[in-house]
Amino acid sequence: MAGWFNAIGTWLSNPEVTLSSKLLELLFLVMGLVTGYVAFKNLLDKENPKRYGTFVFWITLAVVLAFGRFISPMVNGVLILIMALAAILRQVGVGKTEGVDPAYSQKMSDRFGYTIFIPTLAIGFSALAFALLTKLGALVGIGFGVLLAIIILMLMNRDNKPTTFLNDFTRMIGLIGPLSMLPMLLASLGAIFTKAGVGDVIAEYVGKVIPEGNVTVGLIVFALAMPLFTIIMGNAFAAITVITVGIGFPFVLQYVNNPTAIGMLALTCGYCGTLCTPMAANFNIVPVALLEMKDRFGVIKKQWIPAIFILIFQIIYMFIIK
Amino acid sequence: MIKLLGVLIVILGFALKLDSILIIVAAMVVTALVGGIGFGGMLETLGSSFVANRGMAIFIITLLVTGTLERNGLRESAAKLISKVKGASAGAVISAYAVMRVIFAAFNVGFGGVAGFVRPVVLPMGLGAVKSKGFEPHEDHVEAIKGHGAGSENVTWFFGQVLFIGGSGALLVQSTLKNLGIESDLVYLSRVEIPVAIFATIVYIIYTMISDRKYMQQYYGSKPAAPVAAEGKEA
Repeated sequence: MAGWFNAIGTWLSNPEVTLSSKLLELLFLVMGLVTGYVAFKNLLDKENPKRYGTFVFWITLAVVLAFGRFISPMVNGVLILIMALAAILRQVGVGKTEGVDPAYSQKMSDRFGYTIFIPTLAIGFSALAFALLTKLGALVGIGFGVLLAIIILMLMNRDNKPTTFLNDFTRMIGLIGPLSMLPMLLASLGAIFTKAGVGDVIAEYVGKVIPEGNVTVGLIVFALAMPLFTIIMGNAFAAITVITVGIGFPFVLQYVNNPTAIGMLALTCGYCGTLCTPMAANFNIVPVALLEMKDRFGVIKKQWIPAIFILIFQIIYMFIIK
Repeated sequence: MIKLLGVLIVILGFALKLDSILIIVAAMVVTALVGGIGFGGMLETLGSSFVANRGMAIFIITLLVTGTLERNGLRESAAKLISKVKGASAGAVISAYAVMRVIFAAFNVGFGGVAGFVRPVVLPMGLGAVKSKGFEPHEDHVEAIKGHGAGSENVTWFFGQVLFIGGSGALLVQSTLKNLGIESDLVYLSRVEIPVAIFATIVYIIYTMISDRKYMQQYYGSKPAAPVAAEGKEA
């Protein structure tokens, strides 16, 4: 334990580590602490029927977020696997949380009006300002923006105490639940695909259909493969890791001048697929029920035509910017 | 060929609507085993990649204020803002919502989704716009208003949120590209999407306005001009 703290101390006092990295690490520490708060709150919550599993999930996430940098990759991997198992075995639940009383929020809206948009927009403006004006980066800017928003909210309304934020946070993160780990998990899957050479194998097969080096054909296949795979999988985030490695890089990205723009636009090409698939149930099927619509595909029917236009626009845009 | 087993698991798993985390973990283990990485190597790659991508968990810190903003009347104030277009057509109400939502999406702010905003605010305002002209909304028109309400919600959120610097989509693209040896800048990744977000919002608004006008003419006639042809199917 002592050696571990020494390692942190050495890292913090190392002048070669940038201020940006140190502040980002501080931000991860705060994220770990608030996630740890959620873990203990659930552990002590007798109304949560799955309180032990819930505790295991959030506490492992908290440890990896806060101290991941100072833990060996192997131990981190084991912790993440435990986190995933708690989720897979459906042992993560939601405890007692206090929702917002609509009468109260209406009263506050009457009192503050559009002033509430100031703390609301503070985070985005702060991210932008930090990214453009400092060397600290957008993520540190988001952290600072949250701090700023908290201060403004506390000055606006004396009812907003530190516990108010923590309780509302517990409620909000409980709604997301185990899916909180999904983006990092998908990124790691991409890393494992790359390491195992999955991309090379896909590229070999696709290469039999499209000639390597023909960027025009490659770009169109890349831009169409994203929505197609998203329609099948229902999730553009899952599609981008596979398609970028297997098609995007070998047939397009390594030949163009602006691979970052193409790589990014591929994701939003995938979003056009999300608009057209019942597999993306959260966006396209759940609203049908929420709005009590008669047609199960009522939402998709109002999305597929614009989706095609947006996809065509993006393909043309990719050819211009490549 | 056998290396693609993990990809197959991902595609089939999502298509069969299995648990997302289960699918990804299964694909990782299988790919590591058939790809020569081994279980230990998988744990190490998982550990270092997950830690390197902790930036994607940045949404956790923003949740510290999301709930409290709602507590302090964010949703009600947003409703007040779009109610400024009261008395317009249903299409105009939905379009106003689309504009407001895409702007706020660029700041990573939502208003509660279909359950929290479209159903309680946008839908009644859209129906109210039809009624204010003296018509009882036809069921097909009501269905269309609902569909466009949810559609504008999705389109503006997808293409607006990528403008937020440090959004999870761009972070995922950044990490995927980094694995392939391509460095990228978050501000640039957001900037690239600006034309797409503008185009997507405008297309959706035009589509909504055309569709809404078609329903207005089809079911309520184009006002005094042709009251007899009101029942006609052509629009």
